[in-house]
Amino acid sequence: MDLSYGPEYETFREEVRGFIAVNRHLAPKNAGRAARPSKEGVAWQKLLIEHGYTARTIPREYGGFGAEPDILKSRIIAEEFARAGVPGGLANQGISMLVPTLLELGTEEQKRRWIEPTLAGDVVWCQGYSEPGSGSDLASLKTSARVEGGDFVINGQKIWTSTAKEADMIFCLVRTEGDAAKHQGISYLIFPMTTPGIEVRPLRTMTGHAEFNETFFTDVRVPVDQIVGQRGQGWFVANATLGHERGMLGDPDALENRLLALIELMTVEQVGGARVIDLPALRDRLVALQAEVAAMKYNGMRILSNQIKGEPGGMAKLIVKLQACELAHQISALAIDALGELGILYNGSAHERENGSWQWNYMFQLGLIIGGGTAQIQKNIISERGLNMPREPRLDLPKGPSAQGGQ
Amino acid sequence: MDFGLSQEQQMLAESVTRLLRELSPLDHVRQVAEGGSAVSAQSQAALAELGLPGLVVPEAHGGLGMGLLDATIVATALGEAVAPVPFTARNVMAPLALIAAGSEAQQAQWLPRIAAGEVRFGVGVHEQVSRRDGSGVRCSGGALTGTALFVLDCEEADHFMIADEAGRLHIVSAQADGLELIALKTIDATRSVGELRLASTPAEALADDGGAAARRLIAAGRILLAADSLGAADAMIAQAVAYAGQREQFGRVIGSFQAVKHMCAEMAAKNEPCRSLVWYAAHAFDAVPAEAELVACHAKSHTGEVGRFVARTATEVHGGMGFTDLLGLHYWFKRIGFDRQVLGGPETVREEAARLQGWIAVAA
Repeated sequence: MDLSYGPEYETFREEVRGFIAVNRHLAPKNAGRAARPSKEGVAWQKLLIEHGYTARTIPREYGGFGAEPDILKSRIIAEEFARAGVPGGLANQGISMLVPTLLELGTEEQKRRWIEPTLAGDVVWCQGYSEPGSGSDLASLKTSARVEGGDFVINGQKIWTSTAKEADMIFCLVRTEGDAAKHQGISYLIFPMTTPGIEVRPLRTMTGHAEFNETFFTDVRVPVDQIVGQRGQGWFVANATLGHERGMLGDPDALENRLLALIELMTVEQVGGARVIDLPALRDRLVALQAEVAAMKYNGMRILSNQIKGEPGGMAKLIVKLQACELAHQISALAIDALGELGILYNGSAHERENGSWQWNYMFQLGLIIGGGTAQIQKNIISERGLNMPREPRLDLPKGPSAQGGQ
Repeated sequence: MDFGLSQEQQMLAESVTRLLRELSPLDHVRQVAEGGSAVSAQSQAALAELGLPGLVVPEAHGGLGMGLLDATIVATALGEAVAPVPFTARNVMAPLALIAAGSEAQQAQWLPRIAAGEVRFGVGVHEQVSRRDGSGVRCSGGALTGTALFVLDCEEADHFMIADEAGRLHIVSAQADGLELIALKTIDATRSVGELRLASTPAEALADDGGAAARRLIAAGRILLAADSLGAADAMIAQAVAYAGQREQFGRVIGSFQAVKHMCAEMAAKNEPCRSLVWYAAHAFDAVPAEAELVACHAKSHTGEVGRFVARTATEVHGGMGFTDLLGLHYWFKRIGFDRQVLGGPETVREEAARLQGWIAVAA
């Protein structure tokens, strides 16, 4: 057990801190969840790339910083930006999912055309995977693309297309080989959201906001070369990116920051003249969550350490999505209880706290428990891959590799 | 940076596990327990060969000079095997007390004998955590009077390390005047606890005790109990998964039903982060003393909660068989139950964690 990063890395940490101290006034305010970064956001992103604080290992010719992969340095960057409360690099679906996919499986032309503007925040993407009838069983998707005169002609519907309203481009799974086995008939297409025949309708969720959309395709024509990987290989192309998404949803810094916000809330809020944190029942729940967050933090350090050593993440890694999403939800739940009656205030009401964000988080995080591989799919994965228990019968899959997933 | 066990630590864990697999299968545990003892002589002797009595005793005093993280790894292996072997108090807390608060002369007098297995300590510090049934020990003129409840590893103890009401630690001989030990019967037949009644019993105070040593001892004990519970939970999960892979109902192994798979997944998902938490707590005890007490509280309370969930769920996966004595699964269930309550249950420990962080109003 040696938790020091060593002198080389501490020097690097000082560099990152120095950068943040000097430049933090340039960071965009309220970067939040805006799909398209503001002017300041784009400038900030470019500055971060220039210094290697985002897109760090992406080759220079594609608009990245071009550093050798160094897990500890990436970790230090994440830690320092989180600690300073300054937004780090953009982490939209284009950057988190499409870019790694293109790097792995895209043609040279695709890489040169799309990666740089995506990294820079100039091109925004949305993801067209899930369909109303294809969630956990994503490979059953029915949106079809027939070939006609050098084009794919796409018909069907996608759901959970967050940022579809703002996106310039979509990466989309469609069925191109109607008579192939279900996992073999899918292709991964990329095309502009301005293509005629695309209609985006906001999907209002339980939060009262439309964080997602439904996207409809009616005879949408896409040139046949706008495909990543081969025809019929889309399932395997997509699975590379699902792995990246699962990684995104279990950030230990995010949990720690939510916990700190909760502690702040319970220390500041008063009820009957006493601090909320002085109420034993609520305080007990707070300390219980604090212990769980600590456990997830050290679990994250263990995963990091395994990565550095090139060892598999094992059970420690398999459980992250399930546990971290659940824990985040419970932190919000306690915040609402700590607020008591005030906890129900929403939509800009008088007496509302923090713009109703605890309630919004409480509801949205339930969405995250369901999205990105439901809790139940996660438990299948943990039991099958982690504990070697019998696999679910796959009536749809006579043989060959498979992966479960979906949004 | 390396968050994990060194090769030496992995080898230590493996050697303890291998040894117990050989010498202390469940049949043996059962035999010892049914004989009314919490000490397997053969396991204890073999573990002494590995140097466990002197594990944390400095090399200068004839021990192995290892840290709490090493002890934690051993505790996990012992919990996994439900080994009837005194360890937490006898091999770790007692020498740590001397290291923390003993004078040079006291260390020179006691530590080599502890490392050699020549003296066997029980440890009574429970009154610093909670006082029940009028327990509590007063010190007056070098003698102790009162009752210490839940004295750990008391079977075969020839000496006791006892905290008085001010938290100062004292060594008492089991042969001393006015001392009476009453064994307490608990759910867990693999560990011994007792009630020590003292009436003007002569005692030797640890000379350099500023009052903080007992807190440190309790933190160490909590981390080790958490580690023990973690190991016992590992074993219960493994048994549940194995059983679910063999037991057939409705023409299928029950492990192919999602209802059962998901119970197992939930156990693993809750239990795995406990491993990192326990390791970190032990590391903090050795290397980050400012954090040690708080993170010991977290490790103790959280593994207590997860342990209860695993103990119950793994038993349910075994169906009716889990409820019988035939499989002996209840040895782990009870071991986890013991680990949860001793040195403070989750609520007690969380209250302490809150106090350590200044979250309890002074007037309260």
